[in-house]
Amino acid sequence: MATTVHEPPKIDPRRLPDQGHSGNGGWRNLVPADGDLRGTQEYSPPPSSTAIWVVVFAVTMMFAAFSSALIVRKGSSLDWRSFPLPSVLYFNTLLLLASSITLEVSRRRVATFMGGLKSQVKSPARWLYITLFLGLLFVAGQYVAWSQLRAEGLYLATNPSSSFFYVLTATHALHVLGGLGGLIYVIRKLSKSALRRSQLVATTRYWHFMGILWLYLLLLLWMKL
Amino acid sequence: MHDISAHAVEHHAPPTSFIRKHVFSLDHKVIGKQYYALALVAALSGMLLSWFMRIHLGWTNAAIPGLQLLSKTGAPGGVITPEFYLQLMTMHGTIMVFFVLTTAPFAAFGNFFLPIQVGAEDMPFPRFNMMSFWVTFVAFLVLMSSFILGDGPTLGGWTQYAPLNSVGSVAGPGQGLGVVLWMVSIALFCVGQLLGALNFITTTLDLRVKGMSMMRLPLTAWAWFITSCMGLTAFAVLMPACILVILDHVAGTSFFVPSYSVINDQLQPHSGGSTLLWQHLFWFFGHPEVYIAIVPGIGIVSHVLITNMRKPMLSQRVLIYCMGALAVLSYMVYGHHMFVSGMNPISALAFSFPTLVITIPATIVVLIWTFSLYGSKLRINAASLFALGFISMFVSGGVSGFFLAQPSIDIMLHATYFVVGHFHMVMGVAAMFGIFSATYFWFPKMTGRMMNESLGRVHFWLSFAGAYCIFMPFHYLGMAGNIRRYSSFPDDFLQPLLPVHKWITVAALVTGAAQLIFVYNLIHSRFWGRPAPDNPWEATSLEWSTATPPPFDNFGGKHPVVYHDPYQYGVQSSVGDYVMQTSPEQVKTEHDEK
Repeated sequence: MATTVHEPPKIDPRRLPDQGHSGNGGWRNLVPADGDLRGTQEYSPPPSSTAIWVVVFAVTMMFAAFSSALIVRKGSSLDWRSFPLPSVLYFNTLLLLASSITLEVSRRRVATFMGGLKSQVKSPARWLYITLFLGLLFVAGQYVAWSQLRAEGLYLATNPSSSFFYVLTATHALHVLGGLGGLIYVIRKLSKSALRRSQLVATTRYWHFMGILWLYLLLLLWMKL
Repeated sequence: MHDISAHAVEHHAPPTSFIRKHVFSLDHKVIGKQYYALALVAALSGMLLSWFMRIHLGWTNAAIPGLQLLSKTGAPGGVITPEFYLQLMTMHGTIMVFFVLTTAPFAAFGNFFLPIQVGAEDMPFPRFNMMSFWVTFVAFLVLMSSFILGDGPTLGGWTQYAPLNSVGSVAGPGQGLGVVLWMVSIALFCVGQLLGALNFITTTLDLRVKGMSMMRLPLTAWAWFITSCMGLTAFAVLMPACILVILDHVAGTSFFVPSYSVINDQLQPHSGGSTLLWQHLFWFFGHPEVYIAIVPGIGIVSHVLITNMRKPMLSQRVLIYCMGALAVLSYMVYGHHMFVSGMNPISALAFSFPTLVITIPATIVVLIWTFSLYGSKLRINAASLFALGFISMFVSGGVSGFFLAQPSIDIMLHATYFVVGHFHMVMGVAAMFGIFSATYFWFPKMTGRMMNESLGRVHFWLSFAGAYCIFMPFHYLGMAGNIRRYSSFPDDFLQPLLPVHKWITVAALVTGAAQLIFVYNLIHSRFWGRPAPDNPWEATSLEWSTATPPPFDNFGGKHPVVYHDPYQYGVQSSVGDYVMQTSPEQVKTEHDEK
């Protein structure tokens, strides 16, 4: 096996993007095995931006498992009883979608703030607080939906349809609470001027994913319940 | 080694308190050792349980002194009841599959060596990494607590088939609280593994040092990366399945219990559930789990053999592709566990085909090993012996997989000792040999001391011969129709097979006792072993370019630059017949000279 051992190219560090935690390698650093170092880039995406896709994938697999369980369970027996979805769910959907918009506004404002244009953005965390509030309202709204179902006599074990409704919505709400934890983390870091852009981007992506996941769940519940 | 790009890496001070240093440590090396210790305790526990089972299978009425302390009702006077036999079997399987075969080759060695092999100073999310271990540790405690809580552990086997996993105590001792504890334990285990996978994937993709392209990663790093991708998919599916079973128990839902189920003469209050649903969810995890256990072993064996052959494998690239193919195909074959579960026959065919196809990458891997070994001057030591033993077990156990892959044959052999022999060899013993090989190979780097080589060789030959003495007869028993999970064979056609069981029991006791040599070697060498040099095996990858044991930040404040492929052996360099990945030295190979 031939071996070529050129010195890696020297890259002006000022031309490198923000490297966060990572910095010294990365999946873009595709040095071919024969040692030709042309095209080498010395940076990689920060781990949090890769990690968020890993988390999104794992959560997707989890809900795929629940979804397939719902479809198999519904088809395996005649005891499935359909019921109309609580109307508050549609309002909650609007809340979650609105929170995605406010978070996107927030992300841009914080990015501007972190980019050095501090005079243009006086209170960068304001839209983050609004997003947090909308997220909390969404979870509260989900609780209202569960209360409405309970008032109608539909509990977790009443019917497999209600079982899946509670399991899917509660698991999603737990993940939304995780996202709210992420938002609080971002707000705290921002207040200490220790926020990394990659952390903000990762939190934003996760939050948008929660919205997309909820739209999927709503469609699934609407079609199958 | 060159001091470069240090500006890009966040430095954090090493911990000073005992708790932060040795208990709740953020250091990937300490976490790796913690995983190893957990796996060792789990392996010894699982082995002890298998001894109890084997003694009972050979001598049904034998009283095992002290066993009544483990379960008064399950082993009155030390004699194992059929129910307690099943509880022992379930715990043996669960402990071994989850807390040994997943934990040791992947989480333990991967944690310790993956960041070093890619040139990083730690995982990107050390707190998640610490949580990963401690959640796994709590999962182990929850599982073991079922021995003392309620009416003992669950007796449903490590597969926990429905509906008996969901109906409660009516299905037998341990089927109430025991099942709930099992499900909670495994759900926690899933969380731990998902956190681990998150760190492994991001470490591999984002923290590679300058010059370390993906194709320059050692095969072990590739194996851990592929395994973490598999774990990410598999454990994310098992966890919801466990949650649904817990709800069937504690909330009265009916996910898995069909209508009109009568168990122990009692009509069950559940209705409409699907037993096949559990099997689908479980085996979607369960079959990839086999590869989660074995792929790290493939990486370890390749890494160890290359170092001792002093030449690279015929094709490193093909080996990587084969490991990737095994990972992808492992999700397409799971239905072969359900050939007799009442699936549509067309589905059986659909699952049978990829099951046969998956033998192709496995065979290519073995052929690459074999032809690479051919003509090489292999350095014989405990690590390379166990690597050879891995190949032997992988082939011997894998061959029986051809038979089981075909539905028509599987109908005969399903749930017999043939299957038990098959998976014990190909997944259990092979993976264990991979763990042993890795231990003998990396122990010097992990502890700074060498293991006793002579004891290592004795350990290998006793384990190698012992494993064949135990598990080959399993195949004969299966072909003779010996059903698995029976606790005794009092009459009819099984009675003549009893001498085989007695032979297996004796072999299991002797082979198990031989593992105490390993434990002694491990502990003695840890404290009194010969001090290890930085690179005792004259190896090339990054873990051997740093001090032994590695400093807190792995490379002493510096960051290596990688100039070479991971396995530059058989070359002429200033240090010998190899050149390290970090060496800027330009070398010529024999091939170049020709």
